[in-house]
Amino acid sequence: MLKIDNLHVRLEEEDKAILRGVDLHVPAGSVHAIMGPNGSGKSTLAYVLSGRDGYEVTQGEVALEGQDLLDLEPEERAAAGLFLAFQYPVEIPGVGNMTFLRTALNAQRKACGEDEASAADFLKLIRDRANSLHIDPDMLKRPVNVGFSGGEKKRNEILQMAVLEPKMCVLDETDSGLDVDAMRLVADGVNALRDDGRAFLVITHYQRLLNHIQPDVVHIMADGRIVKTGGPDLALEVETNGYADILQEVA
Amino acid sequence: MGLPARRQEDTEARVAHLVVPDGAAWATEVRKQAVSRYLAMGLPERRDEYWRFTRPDDLNAPQAPPAAVVDFKEAPAFGEVDRLKVVFRDGVFDAEASDDLSCEGLEVERLQSATAHDIHWSKDVYGVLEARGQVPVARPFAALNTAFATDGIVIRATERVSKPVNLIYLHENPDSDAILHFAIKVESGADLTVLENGPAAARFNKCMEVDVADGGAFHHVRAQGRDHERRAVTHMFARLGQESAFKSFTLTVNGVLTRNEAFIELVGDNAVSHIAGAAVGDGDFHHDDTVFVVHDAVGCESRQVFKKVLRNGAVGAFQGKILVKEGAQKTDGYQISQSLLLDEDAQFLAKPELEIYADDVACSHGSTSGAIDEDALFYLQSRGLPRPEAQDLLVLAFLAEAIEEIESEDIAEDIYGRLEGWLQRRRQ
Repeated sequence: MLKIDNLHVRLEEEDKAILRGVDLHVPAGSVHAIMGPNGSGKSTLAYVLSGRDGYEVTQGEVALEGQDLLDLEPEERAAAGLFLAFQYPVEIPGVGNMTFLRTALNAQRKACGEDEASAADFLKLIRDRANSLHIDPDMLKRPVNVGFSGGEKKRNEILQMAVLEPKMCVLDETDSGLDVDAMRLVADGVNALRDDGRAFLVITHYQRLLNHIQPDVVHIMADGRIVKTGGPDLALEVETNGYADILQEVA
Repeated sequence: MGLPARRQEDTEARVAHLVVPDGAAWATEVRKQAVSRYLAMGLPERRDEYWRFTRPDDLNAPQAPPAAVVDFKEAPAFGEVDRLKVVFRDGVFDAEASDDLSCEGLEVERLQSATAHDIHWSKDVYGVLEARGQVPVARPFAALNTAFATDGIVIRATERVSKPVNLIYLHENPDSDAILHFAIKVESGADLTVLENGPAAARFNKCMEVDVADGGAFHHVRAQGRDHERRAVTHMFARLGQESAFKSFTLTVNGVLTRNEAFIELVGDNAVSHIAGAAVGDGDFHHDDTVFVVHDAVGCESRQVFKKVLRNGAVGAFQGKILVKEGAQKTDGYQISQSLLLDEDAQFLAKPELEIYADDVACSHGSTSGAIDEDALFYLQSRGLPRPEAQDLLVLAFLAEAIEEIESEDIAEDIYGRLEGWLQRRRQ
């Protein structure tokens, strides 16, 4: 599904290399987790995948189902099936959540040459998805993320994911700022979307999210590279021993 | 103290070709006094504090600078609204194109006819509110209007009027220099909505006086647009009685020069005044909202909400004042003016002012100017919205606070539709 080869990225403004040769292959139907200490480049990887300004790819390739992602605008990447659940979802005053979801869905359908969703179909879809995420109808009427609690913002991200049905979902520190109950809700939402045609890349600092979203493969990232790859047990090892031991081991 | 010689010459030259219309003795007196006011004040100059942000040259010129007549593809505003149409062509009333204006609780009469009667209700409004609004700041184009307007209508509402009165201004002559005057009286407990749209003329001077009696309500929605080269200077004078309501919204989407002035006096206790505007300018566009709200009674509320989206050299100006007179306790005054600058060539100039002589009041004002939120833009793009669409969505969201001041949902929808159309056309 997602194939990253020898990706090197630097910050445009600071002339600072952040990613130094990332190799990663996430097959369809799988859940991969990336863990790593602060500053290891995890979030940069998420932003680079989604096409945010301010990063320069100096080397390497990224392909989604064989399609080169790096030349695409963020909206084209979305249409190609990529979705980033933001660590800090953005508040957009004046734009209703419903309008936002409908506009996004229809923009993607249009980009894929499909018809726009009818108002009735759209409402049914939203109600159904919102319901399973315990999202209050009131939250749909409010402006996007404005005045939402941390948990509401993250659930709203998962709702967007459930509505847009992307092929490749990147979750950037989705567990940050969540209490246990909220994390379970979010994880349930993600698990409900797992299927053979879809892949997940779960970026997290802590192991606890991975108790709820069971990964197939765990990668440890440090200093802009994947330094170790293993099974779910690797996450437990981090939890018990911290990153220092692992980093020493690979150094 | 007279005007400096050159200014006096210019002031006289500006009206040399205009004639004070005939009318009843009272109307002639009103017009004569307006001529004196105008001559005493003189035309504005760039050096005048009140014209610091806007060059008056094109408004001062004896002849209107020409404006091409545009053949519009899009439908005019308010087409879906069940309304009473009052049509003016280059500033001249067109009875044939207008609707039959008989409607319960509504009296409409052409200005010439009203001011020809020896006794007429409009005597209490015509030129009266304009004259009140000349203090403390001179508004010479309004005095000029009262003195020389040859056309316009007077409207009196005696109860809740079921349909809005839609003033439609057609522009067919590239050199037209129109002066229209409207005197409106909303009687106690009555409710009237006035809509305005259309390019009007190459140069348009419009004055509207609105007297809202105790418990009356006046709603005003204006769509200025469909005219790229026109110049406009408009004045709204309102006097609000006890527990009355005044709500005015203006959308401006085109025009090289627009100066919209409003002077609103809250003279009865617990009156409410909301005035709002949304302006979008691209390129050769100068838009100026100049608002003066006077609180002269207890427990009144006033709001000013003005939003501008500017790019490609467009200029927006806002001068807004809240004056709270002695004794106007429990005043609740609010003022916000904001601009969204879509590039570095756009400019926003603002002068918010509060002047308060009562001690138990709540007044706030704010003015901001900023670029589009790149984080929000990226967020929308990451969900599949192409950048231009994402930007338009954020532009509409920014303007929403002003548009929400419109009470009628249907009319607000119409305004949103016009903006969407404009944004879409600019995108191509």
